[in-house]
Amino acid sequence: MRSKGFAKHYYMMLAPGFIWLFFFSIVPMFGIIIAFQNFNPGQGILGSEFVGLETFRYMFELNDTMNVFFNTIYIAVMKIIGNLIIPLIFALMLNEVRYTIFKRSIQTIVYLPHFLSWVILGGVLLDIFAFQGPVNQLLGMFGINPILFFGTPELFPFLVAGSDVWKEFGFNTIIYLAALTGINPALYEAAGIDGASRWRMLWHVTLPGIRTTAVLLAVLSLGNVLNAGFDQIFNLYNPLVYSTGDIIDTWVYRAGLLNLQYELATAVGLLKSVAGFILISLSYYLAYKFTNYRIF
Amino acid sequence: MLRSKSLSSKLADVILITILILIAITCILPLWYTLSLSLSSKTAAAAGAVTLWPVDFNFDSYKQLLQDSQFFKSFWISIQRVLLGAGLNFIIVPLMAYPLSKTIKDFKGRNVFMWTLIFTMLFNGGLIPLYITIQNYDLMNSIWALVLVGGAQTIVFNIILTINFFRNLPKSLEEAALVDGAGPWYILFKLFIPLSIPVLATVSLFSIVYHWNEFLYGLIFMTREEFYPLQTYIQQLVVSVDPSTMTEDQYKRMSELSNRTLDAAKIFIAMIPVLLVYPFLQRYFIHGITLGSVKE
Repeated sequence: MRSKGFAKHYYMMLAPGFIWLFFFSIVPMFGIIIAFQNFNPGQGILGSEFVGLETFRYMFELNDTMNVFFNTIYIAVMKIIGNLIIPLIFALMLNEVRYTIFKRSIQTIVYLPHFLSWVILGGVLLDIFAFQGPVNQLLGMFGINPILFFGTPELFPFLVAGSDVWKEFGFNTIIYLAALTGINPALYEAAGIDGASRWRMLWHVTLPGIRTTAVLLAVLSLGNVLNAGFDQIFNLYNPLVYSTGDIIDTWVYRAGLLNLQYELATAVGLLKSVAGFILISLSYYLAYKFTNYRIF
Repeated sequence: MLRSKSLSSKLADVILITILILIAITCILPLWYTLSLSLSSKTAAAAGAVTLWPVDFNFDSYKQLLQDSQFFKSFWISIQRVLLGAGLNFIIVPLMAYPLSKTIKDFKGRNVFMWTLIFTMLFNGGLIPLYITIQNYDLMNSIWALVLVGGAQTIVFNIILTINFFRNLPKSLEEAALVDGAGPWYILFKLFIPLSIPVLATVSLFSIVYHWNEFLYGLIFMTREEFYPLQTYIQQLVVSVDPSTMTEDQYKRMSELSNRTLDAAKIFIAMIPVLLVYPFLQRYFIHGITLGSVKE
């Protein structure tokens, strides 16, 4: 093949993108040095004094940060479980329906929340679940006293996980539905001739047919254990629920950009980045091990 | 597909379809509620009288919205950001995906670039280093901070999706073109890009939705309201109470203090662009996602 002299063209194609990523992804990484400094914004990263692991020592002494790490994992794990199971159930239900136009329309509608921002949905949810909002009005009809939904620490993590699953379940069914269409129809026919009921077909044909996809998604979601969703929580939380709702990302935002504790915020952010990097790499490795899946 | 048409099976169908419709309704409810609220009178909204239908139907909040010049400024900034961000994404993604879709035999440097790319996707320096970097670049209050920072964080995923799509194209096409003496630029622009409309439409949709919905960079990189993109502008409306001193009582009354009908009108208008885009790209993104991510 005469593709020998192509390498220089390939480099030319890659150049603009890599220059962009260099300045806006790689250069900012060097800022993690701030975590090891007594950072002085006036003198910048090059002029500030090094203090080693001082900031990290301080960080582990704070009760705040431990609580924040716990909240992050707690909310993220709830989301992961919900985002694996609910879309699967929904995809199975949709798969049982035979009217194509109806199926299409339902799909289009359930994709909607995925495309709306948390700024928008946060505003709407706070309204719907407000102290005098429609949900409390509805509960009032059954004689239940109004509940301060997003202002109650005990409820907040569940509302966050629930609303995230609600936002994403439609979009998350896409992969499951693709796997379901990949099942050989002859298997259903054979099962039908053997007199299998719908439940038996579901159990013996459909579920085994999408097992690989389900395992793959479960393994890959391991990388999200530290992602509780900044956008969502930032738009839903308030000081009343910091005890259960404050996560690493929101805490870093407040510590760094509102309270100007640059070193501490960078250190916590760095810890999250490193742990997240390890988790995602591990999930990719396991996905390759179990299902022979490669991201590229 | 062979399935029995017993009475119980029909009953199961009816139940199934009813459940699916109810679930779909919950996905449109926020949109519907916001519209109802925006068309209600201020007093009705403040009293929490609006549930599913507008109370004292009127267009006052939309008339009031027309006088809010900042809303339109922010709307225009968001449009510019989407055009620049999605435009850049559309150019850079195929340019990078094409050489990286080659095997290491055809392009020796391929893996080094690929791993660098993956690294920038999986690891980041965190919020504070990014903030300091943008300050040093003197990009505060510039729309390029929004376009380039957000773009760099989302482009790698889009590139991977496109690489996988390119690799699924029939090999014989490229070989035939090479035999005819075509170079890499010709193959990319005349062969690969026209054949990759589903995946390019998918990554463009992702980019459009991302740039339209992103609010945090607008909040931290823009120091004055006049530079805010639309989502940041709306985000600031919803949380106008000083959070550090908020009490439970204030939280309960928060919805009464704000101008809910006007806010609802703004939120509703901000939803529309996304609603106009995604249903028309549905068949593309389902195709693009499944072909790009599920590989057997």
